[in-house]
Amino acid sequence: MLSAAAFYILSATAVLSALMVVIAKNPVRAVLFLILAFFSAAGLFVLLGAEFLAMILVIVYVGAVAVLFLFVVMMLDIDFAQLKEGFISHAPLGGVVALALAGILAMTGLSWVSADSASAALQSPTPDDMTNVAALGALIYDRYVLFFQIAGLVLLVAMIGAIVLTLRHRDGVKRQDMHAQVNRKREDSVEIVDIKSGEGIG
Amino acid sequence: MYDFVTQWGPLWGTLASVGQILGFMVVLLLSLAFLLLMDRKVWAAVQMRKGPNTVGAFGLLQSFADFIKFVLKEIIVPAGADRPLFILAPLMTLVFAFITWAVIPVAPGWVISDLNVGILYIFAISSLGVYGIIIGGWASNSKYPFLGALRSAAQMVSYEVSIGFVLVTILLMVGSMNLSDIVEAQAGGFWNWHVLSFDMLPWPTFVITVPMFVIFFISALAETNRPPFDLPEAESELVAGYQVEYSSTPYLLFMIGEYLNIVLMCALMTVLFMGGWHAPFDFAPFTWVPPVFWFAIKVVLFFFMFAMVKALVPRYRYDQLMRLGWKIFLPTSLAAVAVMGAIVVYSNAA
Repeated sequence: MLSAAAFYILSATAVLSALMVVIAKNPVRAVLFLILAFFSAAGLFVLLGAEFLAMILVIVYVGAVAVLFLFVVMMLDIDFAQLKEGFISHAPLGGVVALALAGILAMTGLSWVSADSASAALQSPTPDDMTNVAALGALIYDRYVLFFQIAGLVLLVAMIGAIVLTLRHRDGVKRQDMHAQVNRKREDSVEIVDIKSGEGIG
Repeated sequence: MYDFVTQWGPLWGTLASVGQILGFMVVLLLSLAFLLLMDRKVWAAVQMRKGPNTVGAFGLLQSFADFIKFVLKEIIVPAGADRPLFILAPLMTLVFAFITWAVIPVAPGWVISDLNVGILYIFAISSLGVYGIIIGGWASNSKYPFLGALRSAAQMVSYEVSIGFVLVTILLMVGSMNLSDIVEAQAGGFWNWHVLSFDMLPWPTFVITVPMFVIFFISALAETNRPPFDLPEAESELVAGYQVEYSSTPYLLFMIGEYLNIVLMCALMTVLFMGGWHAPFDFAPFTWVPPVFWFAIKVVLFFFMFAMVKALVPRYRYDQLMRLGWKIFLPTSLAAVAVMGAIVVYSNAA
């Protein structure tokens, strides 16, 4: 009973906040609703018995990706009235795209056939003698290790690409060189000069 | 919670766990009141002052007097502020600070929720803590809070990475993400605590865990915005950072949340490195002391270290802070994860 109540609360929150992401007037609030949607999705994962996925979802999406979203949106000065100006004229095209996407989704949903073993697998997704994390680890690092490594490589390439795109060297920037600071000797920078009064340093 | 539900049925089981949670919260808040006083007393002693000494004997009731003062003040919401978010931000900080405590085991079996993925849970919730600060800074609709919030968010995100890798080294040693299992793995005397981990000999794992402990301590300072990393509220530049516009109870909530996180970090260091509730020697008279006291003593000891750091160390510059996090801690902890993984694999194979 408790888990059923939790399911309805979490899924209702997820759907409502996803809706609010689209219709919220303030972009910062839209991002906050997106975070709420992620969070309730993580709650649904917990209900399904997939604690590991739930935690990773919160750590990666809520803790890192959404923070960057929020950063960008807060920094930008978005005028929503200006953004919504051409709404009516673009509406037909947008409607067609939305219809096409909905059609694809419907076709996939209608042609879905579950395997005979699916219902058995659903009832106990993880083997009885293993924790969720151990079971997932055994799958990823044993059976699908190649795919896992390839996915890692793709991410690495993307990361290097992002760094290369944004890296630029500027001249004339003063940087702190800790090594030089620590190794500086008194003789390098201080000189005792004996100045005769009335003459100054010639 | 499931234990209670299976034992006493859905209604009484739920009520029992709610009671347990409330009891734990009350104990936490009460100890926080005295830890706050201790913080101020230590700070005062270092500066050769007396510190709070008028309310109650030795100023013992100072925190309660402060509490009453905060609650009775007027709540001021700036005219240009985003009202709902402005109120929501301190609430979020407080709630996230509280719910992390659910997985901390204070004594054998004394834990609200004995999660299998306890470490990940802590990591997930502590990465949420940054939202309270960002939202508070943004909703104030003022420049200093916003700058403070941006600084704080960048700082917390940076140091979370190295904290994550330190957690990974520990969970590699134990082979479990359950915090009770991690404490249980350190039974049998202080030489088995993870910071020394002599039970892994002949593998000298303490060469890794001692630096990891230091990294965790410093990262915990940065993660909780404590001095010397309190740049989000650097008073000489930003007045008080994201807290500038807050007064009265909302400010109090921010402060309680911040201190709860500090004590949480102390508790985490106890659980991960210092053997949790285990006594330093596994024989009488040390085993006569109840486990929860050992846990509390260690937490207070770490809190004392936090307080001393606040009193002794000058504030970092922002670029130095980022340099320390990304260029020193991150590579070191990453290397430690790799080496520890290799040790675990080869010591199991042998």
